[in-house]
Amino acid sequence: MQQETTSWVPLFPEQASTFAWEVDVLYFYLIAISVFFTVGIVAVIFFFFVKYREKEKFATGEEIHGSIALETVWSIIPFVISMTIFLGGAIIYFNQYRPPADTTEIYVVGKQWMWKMQHGTGQREINELHVPVGRKIKLTMTTEDTLHDFYVPAFRTKMDVVPGRYTTLWFEPTKPGKYHLFCAEYCGLNHSGMGGYIYVMEQRDFDNWLSGTESGQTPVQAGQDLFQNKLGCASCHAAGQNQRGAPIEGIYGEEIKLTNGQTVIADDEYIRNSILNPQSQIVEGYQPIMPTFKGQVTEEQLVSLVAYIKSLSGAGGSSQTGSGSTSGGAATGGGTSGGSDANSSGLIPRRANRGDTNSMGSNPNAPPPMSEPSNRQP
Amino acid sequence: MQNVEAINVENIKEEPRVSYLTNGFTLKSWLLTKDHKRIAILYLITVSAFFALGGTYASLIRLELLTPASDLLQTQTYNKVFTQHGIIMVFFFLIPSIPAILGNFLIPIMIGAKDLAFPKINLLSWYFYMAGGGLTLFALLRGGVDTGWTFYTPYSTTFSNGYVMAVGLGIFINGFSSILTGLNFIVTVHTMRAPGMTWFRLPLFVWAHYATSLVMILGTPVIAITILLLALERLARIGIFDPAIGGDPILFQHLFWFYSHPAVYIMILPGMGVISELISNFSRKKIFGYEFIAFSSIAIAVFGFLVWGHHMFVSGQSIYAGLVFSFLTMVVAIPSAIKVFNWAATLYKGQISYDTPMLYALFFIGLFLIGGLTGLFLGSMGLTVHLTDTYFIVAHFHYVMVGGQVLAYLGGLHYWWSKITGKMYSEFWSKIASIIIFVGFNLTFFPQFILGYLGMPRRYASYPDEFQVLNIFSTAGASILAIGLIIPLIYLTYSIFFGAKAPANPWMLPGLEWRTASPPPTENFEETPIVTWEAYEFGEESGLDLEDARNRNKVLV
Repeated sequence: MQQETTSWVPLFPEQASTFAWEVDVLYFYLIAISVFFTVGIVAVIFFFFVKYREKEKFATGEEIHGSIALETVWSIIPFVISMTIFLGGAIIYFNQYRPPADTTEIYVVGKQWMWKMQHGTGQREINELHVPVGRKIKLTMTTEDTLHDFYVPAFRTKMDVVPGRYTTLWFEPTKPGKYHLFCAEYCGLNHSGMGGYIYVMEQRDFDNWLSGTESGQTPVQAGQDLFQNKLGCASCHAAGQNQRGAPIEGIYGEEIKLTNGQTVIADDEYIRNSILNPQSQIVEGYQPIMPTFKGQVTEEQLVSLVAYIKSLSGAGGSSQTGSGSTSGGAATGGGTSGGSDANSSGLIPRRANRGDTNSMGSNPNAPPPMSEPSNRQP
Repeated sequence: MQNVEAINVENIKEEPRVSYLTNGFTLKSWLLTKDHKRIAILYLITVSAFFALGGTYASLIRLELLTPASDLLQTQTYNKVFTQHGIIMVFFFLIPSIPAILGNFLIPIMIGAKDLAFPKINLLSWYFYMAGGGLTLFALLRGGVDTGWTFYTPYSTTFSNGYVMAVGLGIFINGFSSILTGLNFIVTVHTMRAPGMTWFRLPLFVWAHYATSLVMILGTPVIAITILLLALERLARIGIFDPAIGGDPILFQHLFWFYSHPAVYIMILPGMGVISELISNFSRKKIFGYEFIAFSSIAIAVFGFLVWGHHMFVSGQSIYAGLVFSFLTMVVAIPSAIKVFNWAATLYKGQISYDTPMLYALFFIGLFLIGGLTGLFLGSMGLTVHLTDTYFIVAHFHYVMVGGQVLAYLGGLHYWWSKITGKMYSEFWSKIASIIIFVGFNLTFFPQFILGYLGMPRRYASYPDEFQVLNIFSTAGASILAIGLIIPLIYLTYSIFFGAKAPANPWMLPGLEWRTASPPPTENFEETPIVTWEAYEFGEESGLDLEDARNRNKVLV
């Protein structure tokens, strides 16, 4: 699966997603336009330059004021061409940034300077992501600290990862292989070391990988655990006599009426916001009594809570991934670096010393609290 | 050119007893001068020093990137080096280069005025520049910053330990220099034109600076406000940009680019103005489509304010907002295209001389074409998702900023050198240097387009092995470019002390700046000129005795 370098100087990246050829076609179209205009104009200038070299010192050139006709032509033609570039780019952009409905969702949390991925089936990976070929994958991403950007050149797509909100990125891999993952938004000291690899595998290989990897709790299970036990959300939000908080069953994707008369769609962002800033959006008919959970839940826990609430509405394809075992018992003990470096910002995984081990599962019993307040300077 | 002194024997006006350079020799006569020409010289010296410093940082970057690992510089140092390269080059070289040096020197002379409208404010803006620059240098010496010149939040407000606030304050103060210079230019052009110098007789250099000044006045306060907000958040922990305390990091990007995109036009419009002068004067004919070039500068200044969101296509901003920004980006490309077409058409049936400034003008057009066309790649949303934050964008803006503005600056500096210093430089060495710069520049930055499409992200201290060959090309090119930039430093300095004395009008050109002595007297003209000719007028109406100059030239040959 080693990326082959076919020529001495690589000139062109691999095409490994459904976007790749679209982007490349637009790229070559623009190169054609650029070559045409550059060569054309430079040729004309060179021709004039030689032909109209001064006959004698201080001679006077012909008096020509200008030409409205020419000005019109060379304003309209570039405008029309630029509109084709605009439209071509817009169509591809809308494909890139509007995920289709039938995607497999993977959660990504960026952190100085590592990528943490969690599959719907519970597998966790650090700086590596295994995905099957031909499946539409949607990444829901956030970060614990500063801006990052999830960039896979072979897929021709990237997306900023922004603190305090979710961004999404989707792709459909078309070719098995090992591809670079880069952080493309400057994020501090070890920015250039914040990367890894995307492994695109045939479905059979992917199933093998899944079953050979410790899965831990799925995000839905982890979220349920948090909701019912660890954070005690259920004491107010569970249906029954004691219910004081707004119901969470079946709300995902629905319209919610707020006390201020507004209506919002209950999406990932809404759920996240309701946990962190409960006072900002009070559901109609309920009192503003919920305390904030800011600082008490990590980004990974938030992702799990969102996944759990989604699952109560039958939404979110998070638990449909392949045939992976969802029990926590498949641990092989192969992973050594997964859980431990989560707590220690001193252990920065570098591309150079990262092994090829696939087992990056973390300890299911200790969802690692990854926010490191000590990183933050007052 | 070597015979120029002889050719122009009678053309050399008797040197005024006191030129602006000889009107006082004390340090005080320079540091407290109100003469726009002397202030331009102050800028020339200090801006050149910053350019040298920024160039040193660039050399360190290229040397570090020679190998994939982070070895010559530690990663931490590398991050500071590219940040400081960006800050110094953008705020202390590119933005003031042409306006504050050439614009300051030439705008009053070109319109037949004695000085700028507010000479004291002009001096004040140099002191703002020095204070801002000094503070920034202080911060760099004390430990520097590692945020990137874009200062993206929340990294810059919460995570970076560098001297962010000192540098921010430096840029804040320096901003007033831009604002005051812009204000001065606008008022001067409105109120101080000589009799007969109508708007459409103004050299296009003046039009370009008028447009630039509009951007300076309207845009710079926004970056000042943004820096203040940054300070509020860093010092008082008021949540503006950091989501951890209730802010929004994307807001910073909007504010930052609302200034910094128009600032790109502050950096290129004056260069375009220089090129219009060079192309027309060295073709010895009127520029083709004067009004279209003049108004395209204004159009760029206006539309330039509406496209900031094209820096944020992958930031999570609404995809529909992206649509509008992408469309407007395509629109703003048209005025630039119009300029290029008009420059090319100006050459038609000209009498083109191959002097050094003209070589720079031609190289400018070639490089600006590539820089501008690759801008279309980045304005096209579908492509920019892949290309942004990679070396493609690094290559693109260096083609526009270095291939465009720096070449225009060098071309303009050579063109007006005789006027500014009263001395002639070596035509041989200046041609050699311009060709070395052109070759070195392309070798440095063209491979970066390929690197970018391959996916190498910018601001990487270390990179995967397969990118090394192209990086070696780039570093090799940078060495050639550095040599090309050092040569002018030598022969221009040499010319000041040992160069031949320059005549008032070495090329027999019609502009007002060529109708006064070299170097000009403090009041610019012995008597206020009355303008009776159109811009770039080489015919009878120009009042130049071209026939006589030609005859004397024949005798010499």
